[in-house]
Amino acid sequence: MSDLEATEVVRSAEQRMDEWMGRLLQGGVTLAAALVLAGGILYLLRHPMPMNYRQFHGEPQDLRSIRGIFANAKALNGPGLIQLGLLVLIATPVARVVYSVAAFAAQKDWKYVIITLIVLGLLCYSLFGQA
Amino acid sequence: MNTAEFSALIFVGSCLAGFLGALTGLGGGVVIVPMLTLLFNVDIKYAIGAALISVIATSSGAAAAYVREGYSNVRVGMFLEIATTIGAICGAVISLYLRAPVIAVIFGAVLLYSAFLSYRQKPHARGQVETGRLALWLQMDGSYPTANGREAYHVRNVPQGFGLMYIAGVLSGLLGIGSGAVKVLAMDQAMKLPFKVSTTTSNFMIGVTAAASAGIYLSRGYVDPGLAMPVMLGVLSGSLLGARLLTGATVKVLRIVFAVVIAALAVEMIFNGLSGRI
Repeated sequence: MSDLEATEVVRSAEQRMDEWMGRLLQGGVTLAAALVLAGGILYLLRHPMPMNYRQFHGEPQDLRSIRGIFANAKALNGPGLIQLGLLVLIATPVARVVYSVAAFAAQKDWKYVIITLIVLGLLCYSLFGQA
Repeated sequence: MNTAEFSALIFVGSCLAGFLGALTGLGGGVVIVPMLTLLFNVDIKYAIGAALISVIATSSGAAAAYVREGYSNVRVGMFLEIATTIGAICGAVISLYLRAPVIAVIFGAVLLYSAFLSYRQKPHARGQVETGRLALWLQMDGSYPTANGREAYHVRNVPQGFGLMYIAGVLSGLLGIGSGAVKVLAMDQAMKLPFKVSTTTSNFMIGVTAAASAGIYLSRGYVDPGLAMPVMLGVLSGSLLGARLLTGATVKVLRIVFAVVIAALAVEMIFNGLSGRI
């Protein structure tokens, strides 16, 4: 079997994986943009004057934590909905990695299952491991 | 200026940045931070938070198309993401301890270098490449669509690529950029992947890299909804438009123009950083 044929065999198995991954990424970005747009409209309606961004003072606690963002979004608070959209956006590549773990496992490619789990662990650390 | 005007101006600027970024392949994220800090007087930490968000949006949007067309090498991308995510976390943490002028100067220097890189970026010479030992063990060889059907290629120098990817990750987390130029350098020049595979795989990796540092920025309160909203929507719509118009001829001129703009912004960032105006 030539090099090209060998990669073709792997390719057909990977093709469906690629297609689903593409759909997942697109869906995530679309959902995030819709949430940000909806939140943005509410925000513009209720905040006539822009904030002063010249000096850094940090966001309030309830717009930083996942729990606080969900509570704000549920109350249809503009900034809360925007932050929820941004959370969905950040979660999109993470979901892609989760999907990859499953896809490599289905191919019984254990080396890459481990590699992908390491990446997932690092992402979870940055998202949830903060004090 | 009221909020609607402020948001509209940022939206238009971001849209233009995303458009030019997609058209030239240089990415829109690099222009966002100078635009916000120099034009709108936004604190650089807020600017970095908003830029990171826009980087995830464009990368995921574009990656969706490339992955489906079978250009990206998912294995190479996954393995190297270990390096970029570790780097991104380090970069974001370092950034928390640096003062704004210091970040501005580093930003300017990196911007200058990546403008230079992308200006003279040409694919490595194609020749016989033998698969490296580590690349063989990691089954990294692949094939990609060309005019004459799918063409196979070999991968080598994985450790070198891994090291460069760590640096790309640190820069991404520190400055809120995708650092595509360094990623392409690692894959094309060091690991000898075909140029098209390098650029699309780089794009594929940028989302995960930026997500790793964005989590830290969000939880430390650096991501402001009022600012991130027009930036994200602007860059996203601009880059979708740019990707649709992607054609060969005029891009070359645009690339040079855009590289000059980036270089000018870089010099201004360094100057403002040194004179303490940022």
